[in-house]
Amino acid sequence: MGKPLIETSKVSKVYRMGDVEVHALREVSLTISEGESVAVMGPSGSGKSTLMNILGCLDRPSSGGYWLAGEEVSQLDRNALARMRNRTLGFVFQSFNLLSRTSALENVELPLLYAGVSARERHTRAREALTRVGLGERMHHHPNQMSGGQQQRVAVARALVTRPRLIVADEPTGNLDSRTSIEIMALFQELGRSGITLLLVTHESDIARYASRVVVMRDGRVQSDEQQTPLQAELGPAPAGAEVSP
Amino acid sequence: MSWLQVLRVAVRALLRNKMRSFLTTLGVIIGVSAVIAMVAIGEGAKARVEESFASMGSNLLVVLSGTTTASGAHGGFGSMPTLTWDDLKAIRSEASAVRYASPQLRSTQQVISDDQNWATSINGVSPEYFPMRSWSAAMGSLITQSDIEAGSKVVVLGQTVVDKLYGSNADPTGHSVRIMKIPFQIIGVLARKGQSATGQDYDDAVFVPYTTFRAKIQGGLQKFIAGSIMVGAASGDATVRAQSQITNLLRDRHHIALGADDDFSIRNLAEMANAQQEGVKTLTTLLASIAAVSLIVGGIGIMNIMLVSVTERTREIGIRMAVGARPRDVLSQFLVEALALSSAGGIIGILLGLLAANRLAANFGWPILIRYDIIAIAVGFSGLVGVVFGLYPAQKASRLDPIDALRYE
Repeated sequence: MGKPLIETSKVSKVYRMGDVEVHALREVSLTISEGESVAVMGPSGSGKSTLMNILGCLDRPSSGGYWLAGEEVSQLDRNALARMRNRTLGFVFQSFNLLSRTSALENVELPLLYAGVSARERHTRAREALTRVGLGERMHHHPNQMSGGQQQRVAVARALVTRPRLIVADEPTGNLDSRTSIEIMALFQELGRSGITLLLVTHESDIARYASRVVVMRDGRVQSDEQQTPLQAELGPAPAGAEVSP
Repeated sequence: MSWLQVLRVAVRALLRNKMRSFLTTLGVIIGVSAVIAMVAIGEGAKARVEESFASMGSNLLVVLSGTTTASGAHGGFGSMPTLTWDDLKAIRSEASAVRYASPQLRSTQQVISDDQNWATSINGVSPEYFPMRSWSAAMGSLITQSDIEAGSKVVVLGQTVVDKLYGSNADPTGHSVRIMKIPFQIIGVLARKGQSATGQDYDDAVFVPYTTFRAKIQGGLQKFIAGSIMVGAASGDATVRAQSQITNLLRDRHHIALGADDDFSIRNLAEMANAQQEGVKTLTTLLASIAAVSLIVGGIGIMNIMLVSVTERTREIGIRMAVGARPRDVLSQFLVEALALSSAGGIIGILLGLLAANRLAANFGWPILIRYDIIAIAVGFSGLVGVVFGLYPAQKASRLDPIDALRYE
């Protein structure tokens, strides 16, 4: 394994709901090395979403330290966090979260827009990313003209386009049928082979099997943390034509 | 993100809801076009007042005789002649701020040509009368000093009188008209002057030498002027000085004791012009402020729609933030959208305002005057409205928490 990409030290998150303090995370210390694919599992309320939000620089911990790619991010302000999300991270969500009425190409260009990349380079890089996820032929389609699997591929391309070191995927297969889920996991494994670290939040153990490490959360603590030999997702036929809408 | 890029994103977002964007802009369109049209009307009215006072003559003072007091009843100014021909001479020679002075004797009489007749005002004046009122001859010549000395039976006609007696565009010089059965030779026709501020037709008048007037039309007391003295001050600044010089001169000549009332009065036409202009200015301000209020109402409309838009697009904001939009980027996006709405309203408003002003001018004959500085102010103001009313919704958008925004349904 490579050097650590993510390091947390006693990260806690406390929400205040009226008079009640809710401890979503209790002193979680976790180290994830570059190139790992980590599945975070756990029942709802276990704190896995909170952990993902903090590791994904969407939220700040109440206490504890968090180093991402060697930078202490737990105390950064909103602008700096946005910069971190833009440069170092890519997100893939359960509900795809693409901009509707905007072409696949423009959706993928979006992060580059905020990175201040020139129009020409944006275009080239977005095309590359879409080709990489097997959607080279459909870059001018709008999300509502695509199947769920294709939309999630666009989302993966959008996460990829900034050449991030970490992809955070929140239930990426939650809205997909099992065949399409395997295709998306195959795509993630392929990205993993090129050195991108994957943080996968899921409650499906089937999906967690494709990861090289499984972290199980319970009551805001890490209950178990085990390495495993990942199951190889079988690549389907030519991805662009392979989508079968249910 | 470059400003051009921000603008592109904003315009695209607005074009997605064309009808809504248009209706939102309508408030600003109405506001800006109202400002421009209203100010054009107000300025037009002001210009007409200025013009009519200018056509009356510049820097004019009118000296009127005093009042009669008979059995306790006060007559108006001019009811009792107190001004003498020597007073006129004294004003001409002793008041340094005075450039011209002419008597104005007036009587309404029938003017009869070969086959037409017309009742008009007959004015007995001296040659100074015409330059004082910046009135020139359109045809023929004007009354001269030798006409005064000889008491010549010559007459200068106003354009309206020519129209009535000879038809428009006729040249009656050389012909004769009869006034009170006495033939007068027409020596000239005055240039058209138009209406006064109160609608009086300046051109409906004829002018004869005052000496002839006294001898043939309306005799009177030898010593007194049975009319008024019109005075032209040397300059606009000199009118006040001329007024006080004449006052002192006449009080002295009429032996009026300190503290006693004047037995004459002086009207400063420039002051009247100013008063009337003040009135028009108040009107313009009133119209402009009503229009400005409608512009603010338009701005509130923009704010309302931007707030709706921020709520509707919460998820989009979340997505943009997740991929790296800073709060500042979100703020500028929504601000530029508001600005684009209000500026588009401003531009359409200018065109509509100019069109409305032109239609009013064409259909109702209202005088209008387009003020380009007001157009610039209106556009600047509409832009300001966009920023001011767009700021709150944009700030609201930029302060959204990305996690909540992404979860928003």
